[in-house]
Amino acid sequence: MSQSPENKKGQVETTGHVWDGDLREYNNPLPRWWLWGFYGTIIFAVVYWILYPAWPYADTYTKGISTVSFQSPVIGPDGKPEKGADGQPKMETKTEHWNSRALFYQEMQSSPSAVAQKEWLAKVKDMSFEQIAANPDTLNFARSMGHGLFGDHCAACHGTGGQGHLAMNPEGSYPNLADNAWIHGSSYEKIVSAITNGIQGNMPAFGALYKGEKLTDLAQYVLSLSHQPGVNEEAANRGKASFATCAGCHGANGQGNQAIGAPNLTDQAWAFVDVPGAKNYDDKLKLVEGVIDHGLQHQMPKFGDRLSPEQIRLLAVYVRQLGGT
Amino acid sequence: MKHESIEINSALLIILTLVVISIGGLVEIVPLFHIKGTVEKVEGVHPYTPLEQLGRDVYVREGCYLCHSQQIRPFRDEQLRYGHYSLAAESKYDHPFQWGSKRTGPDLARVGGKYSNEWMTQHLIHPQSLVPESIMPSYPWLMQPLKYQDIEARMKALRDVGVPYSLTKAEYEANVKKFGKDMADQFVIANGIKSVKAEAAAENWDGNPKEITEMDALVAYLQVLGTMVDFSKYNQGYFSTFR
Repeated sequence: MSQSPENKKGQVETTGHVWDGDLREYNNPLPRWWLWGFYGTIIFAVVYWILYPAWPYADTYTKGISTVSFQSPVIGPDGKPEKGADGQPKMETKTEHWNSRALFYQEMQSSPSAVAQKEWLAKVKDMSFEQIAANPDTLNFARSMGHGLFGDHCAACHGTGGQGHLAMNPEGSYPNLADNAWIHGSSYEKIVSAITNGIQGNMPAFGALYKGEKLTDLAQYVLSLSHQPGVNEEAANRGKASFATCAGCHGANGQGNQAIGAPNLTDQAWAFVDVPGAKNYDDKLKLVEGVIDHGLQHQMPKFGDRLSPEQIRLLAVYVRQLGGT
Repeated sequence: MKHESIEINSALLIILTLVVISIGGLVEIVPLFHIKGTVEKVEGVHPYTPLEQLGRDVYVREGCYLCHSQQIRPFRDEQLRYGHYSLAAESKYDHPFQWGSKRTGPDLARVGGKYSNEWMTQHLIHPQSLVPESIMPSYPWLMQPLKYQDIEARMKALRDVGVPYSLTKAEYEANVKKFGKDMADQFVIANGIKSVKAEAAAENWDGNPKEITEMDALVAYLQVLGTMVDFSKYNQGYFSTFR
């Protein structure tokens, strides 16, 4: 209901300012809705102060009357978590004033997604790796949880699909987990141990031992093990004698040794230098010579203090099913 | 004072506005310096070694914080992806802290030990060679020699704002008690250059042992992030008493 200024003249107070001779400014009271909204924020603040941490004083602050409860392990007199009759840590209910960390513990323990996941974790807890992999439901669970864990912790090196990276330089190469070749073995226990403790891969440098022609002959022999087209058989035969040094780790026939992580040299899988991607045979030869000359140092970090044993178990199932036999 | 006299006097209006706004800031910030629970009591947090500190300066220079935060918040999804939430105590020697406010890339608060030195180096030189889907830029120039001649001045400046690098014998003794002898030796300002050289030689950070590069420093810094506190020592719920 707008009224023309003419009608309101004399009824509403003006500020007293006059522009251009006849423009005046009304001094209306604040709108009722705005005023109540303002009072509302004051009431909200007072309620907030009562419920939640708010006012600082001295070296502490008012904690509010609102509380959060969560489960916390019972600490024994020796300062370590006590264990209950079932071997699980004994838990007690702890109640803290309302704060984001207490809410976080609550979320970790009793949010719907945490509860749903716990149900499945309990289901696979007493199953063997083989049982988890054999049951389609638990395998799906291992796949979905493993996929997330793999993406966060493994994919940066081994690729999102576990395909690894094969570069011309060993520093840029990370083993393929999706093929049939397992450098350290394909058993679940081996995979768990690799994830938990990491891997210190080390092949010594043999540059001081083999130089020039001797080095080339040895590289020829190594390439002949996997029947690379273009091998100079004569040179390879000459290099065979030198291979005795390599046989200590790679085996007499170059078939590798998973116990110490020495790769199989007779198959077509290459983990640290991209022999299959080399332009020609001479380049292949150079790559192998480089590895013999400088050796290899490869570290996989340990994830034992980053992931829980349960997570590592499921991740092992996931990793195992990426690869072949 | 009438409202009108404030409205028509712009200088007075500005002064009173500043007073009102600063009350908000003072009430929120000043008590944190006096409240005992602001910084959690934990063992293990120590100042950065000279090489790590130089790496941190490279991190700041390259603007890593524009895309990477260093603060894990107490939420389930963050715990599952990044690990234990960050403590205030973990950045108490950071000047300025690198909490950041934007995650174009992942949080780096606990990146230490997650990847090998080789990976870090290769990834910084050319991220897409390892993570094809990454949009991170390449930093190949980090392989240039590190300028570490001014490390002692840098340490002195940090000491002025409260980082316990030691100038005197008494400060050194205090550091030995607090951080152990090995660490305390590295925090002696006069040993700055020596410490940088020793630390760069002690580990193969960037695969180039011939030269101390910026990559050495940056990788050393990244590898220590989030690794100082041993969380297995602390009861669940302990840290919630500090909030």
